[in-house]
Amino acid sequence: MERTSASRDLILMVVFTAAVLSMPIWLAPIGAGYPDLLQKFAIFGIFAIGFNILFGLTGYLSFGHAAFLGVGSYTAVWTFKLVSMNILPAIIFSIILAGLFALAIGYVSLRRTGIYFSILTLAFAQMAYNLAYSVLTPITNGETGLRVLRDDPRILDRVLGIEPGDVLPTPELFGLRTIGYEGFYICAVFLIIAFFIALKITRSPFGLALRGIKSNQSRMNYAGFNTRPYTLAAFVISGMFAGLAGALMAVTDPLAGAERMQWTASGEIVLMTILGGAGTLIGPILGAGIIKYSENIFSAFNEQNLHQAFSFLPDPVQDAAVSIASMFVGEGWHLTLGIIFMLIVIFLPGGVMEGFGRIVKWTRKPPAPRATQEVRTAG
Amino acid sequence: MDALVLQLLNGLDKGGAYALIALGLTLVFGTLGVVNFAHGALFMLGAFCAVAVQQLLTLSAQVKDPSVTFFEAFKEVPYLEIWFGDAGTAIIAWSLPLSILIAIPVMLLIGWAMERGLIRFFYKRSHAEQILVTFGLAIVLQEIIRIWFGANPIPVAAPPIVSGSADIGDWLGLGPGVVYPWWRLIYFLFSAIILAAVFGFLQFTTYGMVVRAGMRDRDTVGLLGINIQRRFTAVFGIAAVVAGLAGLMYTPIVPPNYSIGMDFLVLSFVVVVVGGMGSLGGAVVAGFLLGILQSFASMNEVKAIFPGIDQIIIYLVAVIILLVRPRGLMGRAGVMES
Repeated sequence: MERTSASRDLILMVVFTAAVLSMPIWLAPIGAGYPDLLQKFAIFGIFAIGFNILFGLTGYLSFGHAAFLGVGSYTAVWTFKLVSMNILPAIIFSIILAGLFALAIGYVSLRRTGIYFSILTLAFAQMAYNLAYSVLTPITNGETGLRVLRDDPRILDRVLGIEPGDVLPTPELFGLRTIGYEGFYICAVFLIIAFFIALKITRSPFGLALRGIKSNQSRMNYAGFNTRPYTLAAFVISGMFAGLAGALMAVTDPLAGAERMQWTASGEIVLMTILGGAGTLIGPILGAGIIKYSENIFSAFNEQNLHQAFSFLPDPVQDAAVSIASMFVGEGWHLTLGIIFMLIVIFLPGGVMEGFGRIVKWTRKPPAPRATQEVRTAG
Repeated sequence: MDALVLQLLNGLDKGGAYALIALGLTLVFGTLGVVNFAHGALFMLGAFCAVAVQQLLTLSAQVKDPSVTFFEAFKEVPYLEIWFGDAGTAIIAWSLPLSILIAIPVMLLIGWAMERGLIRFFYKRSHAEQILVTFGLAIVLQEIIRIWFGANPIPVAAPPIVSGSADIGDWLGLGPGVVYPWWRLIYFLFSAIILAAVFGFLQFTTYGMVVRAGMRDRDTVGLLGINIQRRFTAVFGIAAVVAGLAGLMYTPIVPPNYSIGMDFLVLSFVVVVVGGMGSLGGAVVAGFLLGILQSFASMNEVKAIFPGIDQIIIYLVAVIILLVRPRGLMGRAGVMES
């Protein structure tokens, strides 16, 4: 068990806040200091934190979390269309609706555990995805995606006397734009709030109960502990986080499409959480950041870049190197992702955070005594 | 009535594909205890065996076209036609059945490599980790195929002799005009034969008997001095071949692209769950049942009552089954029931 105390948590919170707010500065040297990518870091960070509350704490592997993200996005865009271009109502409605969806799906899915739970959540997410593409087209606008139009009603804006101009209205927060760095800082504030909530949950008796469920649910039940409300609460909370992430996606880019709900998108969030380290606080955010950053870097490469990168090599070798490397970059980025993912699951199931832990352990314990110990056991 | 029969037939070929994949999934789960998310990738690899053989046989050279006399025109003629004339043309036409011969050893090898190289390290790890690592493997396999064959679906032709439609109306007494593609009938028959072969192998051979005994109680079989592990690896190979052939034969129905495996995987998983995890008969029954249900749900009359039902019927059935009978239609009590 890790040592925790209120003061350590306070330090963690302060360091985290400072790190998030200064991201544009310290991420600039590695080429990630621009708002579009930073927004993605924050949004997927929130999504991963939420997913981790379910998967990391209770061990329930949901393969359908993208559905809540999609619900959040659609709700946000509909709020932009019907109520107001201010993002606050959109975010609040998204969280509420995603929470309700999670309540309904979780109530049913949590009757089962293990892979059956995974299949049930997958089934619900696929239903949502398929319906969004077919009969729900009036609500979701099908393949085109739902977007904000100039002559939408926007009741609240009308009441407040904000008339649509000639241009397409954009989401705003009391006059603050939601694109560029303003957009990033809006997302960053939500990320910090989300992290704070996750921290509080992890440290609370509720969080302890969730971890108890992960380590041995039947024992919890035998001890007279009704686990169902706890898992359901965790499921709903993580669904609400996903809804928030979906809403922020719509906030930074007011367009919602069904492909956000596809099961591969659910797989991606599992991947992020595992890569960073499921069950840890920082891990999922780290995982989300690493994947979004590498996606950005790897998919930007093309043959010309590669030729430049390998220009120090003689020509024939250079061509060979480029043709091998080009399999892993650009469109082949998913191949790299798959390989990294397999390696992580095989060798480092605890993710990057476990890797850090091992390095720390290794540096603290000098290798010399271990060598003698080996000799002793061998002899 | 005609429409009902046609929908039933429509469901059969798809159901056959589901049954074949689900059979392999549940075999692997029953023997090795591994949840294999890369099984859909095996289906896809089988389909691309057919594509590869077709591309290999139709490798062509540019030959001067004698029919154009005004200017020098060239046309692509496959080497096989240049070398063997009409016999070459016939070989090309029958490339799909020929590719079965190639696919069986190839899929066996792939299955063996997958089991020995990756799966065996995951017997003792949690189902979640098994799902994750095989999910990663599936991504890797399909991306390799995408790099090699591109992202677009590649059509594969069935032999011309069966390219048309069968007059099933006459056979079934529905009157003329009711037709059904030959290849879909063949697919159904093919899947039935493969299923029968696998069941026969497990039921009527000593080897299969030992495998079944191992599925019941692995330790006891091991104590009797039988290397059960090797047999389970062989079963994985068989499952890979079955999935590969299912994909290979499906190519004339739906031109394969790199992600076809994933589409089938999710549905096949649902099929396995509905049939009962680890139950071979359940996988087959549920495969055909869901295939037929899906095709009935896509009838216009049904869609008029329940809009969108065709999109969700399979998942809906799975949800209901999991809630009221978690062991599945034919699952054994107590096996993965929680």
